[in-house]
Amino acid sequence: MTTYLLRRLAILLLTLLAASLVVFIVLQVLPGDPAALMLGTGAREDTLAALRARLGLDAPLPLRYLRWAGGMLLGDFGVSYTYGVPVADLIRQRVAVSLPLAAMAIVLSTAIAIPTGVWAASRRGRASDAAAMGVAQIGVALPNFWLGILLVLAFAVKLPWFPASGFPGWAAGPRPALAALILPAIALALPQAAILARVTRAAVLETLGEDFVRTARAKGLTQRAALWRHAVPNALIPVVTLLGLQFSFLLAGTVIIENVFTLPGLGRLVFQAITQRDLIVVQDLVVLLACSVIMVNFAVDLAAAWLDPRLRASAT
Amino acid sequence: MTKLLAVALAGTLLIGAGVANAKDTITVGMVLEPPGLDPTAGAASAIREVTYANIYEGLTRIDAKGEVQAGLAESWKISPDGLTYTFKLIHGVKFHDGTPFDCSIVQFSYGRAVAADSTNAQKQLFEPIASTDCPDASTAVIKLKRPTALFLFDMGWGDAVMLSPKSVATNKTNPVGTGPFKFKQWIPGDRVELERNPEYWGAQPKLAAVTFKFVADPSSATAAVLAGDIDAFPLFPAPEAIDQFKANANFAVHTGTTEGKTILALNNTRKPFDDVRVRQALAYAIDRKALIEGAQSGYGAPIGSHYTPGDPGYIDLTGVYPYNPAKAKELLAAAGIKPGFTITLQLPPPTYARRGGEVIAAMLEQVGITAKLVPIEWGQWLDQVFTRTDFDATIISHTEARDLDIYARDKYYFNYSSAEYKALYKKFVEATDPVTQTALVAALQTKLSQDEPNVFLFALAKVGVANAKLKGLWDNDPVPANDMTGVSWAE
Repeated sequence: MTTYLLRRLAILLLTLLAASLVVFIVLQVLPGDPAALMLGTGAREDTLAALRARLGLDAPLPLRYLRWAGGMLLGDFGVSYTYGVPVADLIRQRVAVSLPLAAMAIVLSTAIAIPTGVWAASRRGRASDAAAMGVAQIGVALPNFWLGILLVLAFAVKLPWFPASGFPGWAAGPRPALAALILPAIALALPQAAILARVTRAAVLETLGEDFVRTARAKGLTQRAALWRHAVPNALIPVVTLLGLQFSFLLAGTVIIENVFTLPGLGRLVFQAITQRDLIVVQDLVVLLACSVIMVNFAVDLAAAWLDPRLRASAT
Repeated sequence: MTKLLAVALAGTLLIGAGVANAKDTITVGMVLEPPGLDPTAGAASAIREVTYANIYEGLTRIDAKGEVQAGLAESWKISPDGLTYTFKLIHGVKFHDGTPFDCSIVQFSYGRAVAADSTNAQKQLFEPIASTDCPDASTAVIKLKRPTALFLFDMGWGDAVMLSPKSVATNKTNPVGTGPFKFKQWIPGDRVELERNPEYWGAQPKLAAVTFKFVADPSSATAAVLAGDIDAFPLFPAPEAIDQFKANANFAVHTGTTEGKTILALNNTRKPFDDVRVRQALAYAIDRKALIEGAQSGYGAPIGSHYTPGDPGYIDLTGVYPYNPAKAKELLAAAGIKPGFTITLQLPPPTYARRGGEVIAAMLEQVGITAKLVPIEWGQWLDQVFTRTDFDATIISHTEARDLDIYARDKYYFNYSSAEYKALYKKFVEATDPVTQTALVAALQTKLSQDEPNVFLFALAKVGVANAKLKGLWDNDPVPANDMTGVSWAE
């Protein structure tokens, strides 16, 4: 297990190194000078040069990379060009929105999808199965930003239960803050839940045909007990793997949903930083997101191993 | 759900904003969040839309009509040669951080703007200043290197505000000025909050607090105004939703003008745009009314030169190149352009460019020119079009007020070079009496119309929606600003 963990750690570090290099080089190749974007079309050449010097953009490329990467290793994420505050502070504020949002969406989608999938599998071929999967099919096709707009029209404009957009901040108390996150969480969760429900149904159906389930039934277990005690636990591995993948999709999804709902989360920060060429913020965030995706994949592997002892043996 | 869907899509969902009595706060919607709150360290309009006249003030200020008014200077005298400006400063003004305002602040603020390491986006505005002297604390004497016709106007820009030396380094995150509102807090990504400054030197504003909320998505902006989360959205991003606000008595639609001169900019040194007949042909080929209808839902005013109808000294030149495809074809043929000629049109992100590009491409097709549309983002536009001038044509709105000077510059991205125009412009800035100035402004506009270095399309409209009970909002946008000093709620 120790060698396994060490190997995973080495892979993590190498991936981060590669991600940091790639994002740094891509941002250099991408046209657009941060100083010119900040100072606009009226700026003189000497003003641009002064700003470039102030931002440290006049140094040679390898030096700039080392300064940035070295700073990150020591926990210094640099200062945002546009906001003028440490990037670490920006990220901390934004994580406080995006993480609860992603967590709510994951919990919500799992809570809807797994029971629905299992239920549909147990009623395979009946009208209720077809209906549930039909709804799920629509859910898969539904773009989350459109769903978000519909939710706003229904539950913020027509019925003023939730704010239409924006985030009051956790300082305003948990109630208004959570209220602001509910609609976006639903908009993120429903399309995800639809996919997850279909996968759960397929996985459960597959295990229901296995010999051990038939044996369990032969031993005298009820259909229900055989389903929950034997079929569902064995069907969970593909479901957990998908959940891990969905987390990465969720990070991408927040870019859109946070724009629709004007939430000050990581997704919107990435979007703004790219359009304003706030290079340091983009670099930091890409590395951070790469890091979190790798960590989640790692957690998924561990969970799969825990669910299936055979994988554990091969991992060591 | 189906019913709701139908209703929503039909765009007839009309819900009144919450009824407010004796309300003294306002939430103002903006599309873009400002990149920092220091107008002397960035060109973004959003910085000025939060801070101008609310937090920061300059010696002069620009009012809703685009005219120069007294700011922190209560009066001034100009020497007959136009070279010495003597400002009498208002007494007893204090910055939000307690620093008293006097002539030394004027010296500091202008000195900082012209310093070698200055990052002021409009450094050229201060370039004519030779010296700033302080005979006493409440008098500032500014000597110019040469007469500068627009000096008082220029010193009213957001870039020329007065700054406290104590807090100047942190203005980006904690802005400190002399204005009627003080900075309270900024929740990045969401809003900036201001509160009334009880120690303000002038009349107290009626509003106790102002919140600027940032909503980038047009449908979210519509929903937020409909739901009453936002009281006023002065530059409303969804023109297609305007009709439903017009039909609702709870809301008022404010339409006005901006300084945004939207042009089809041409690379004047690149063939065939170096030929004036080609440029004139393009001007004849574009139906400005149809373009405004198609790209801007009908909001906008046609222009015939690089000047907007609201500007002082404006002359109407929209009749010089009326829509006339036959004439355009004739001129193109005379210039040796064969039907099927292809040009590339670079389109930056705003709707006027993206939608406008499609409309213009269709119109150019009618006269035998194929326009290849290339959507690009701002960073790339600045790099490729503006800095390296590697382009055929682009659609862009020049939002700086009265910027006829860009055609007199030695090098500017559209590469127009006319000794005659430069001489005229020099005469204009050095003219000291208003009559001569007005005549020269007219001559400059006419010269541009004759040479048509760019095809002048239309002035961007300012289309805003607001709660019908709000009073005192600016209809026009002579400078980027959301001046809240005169805004109040009706009883």
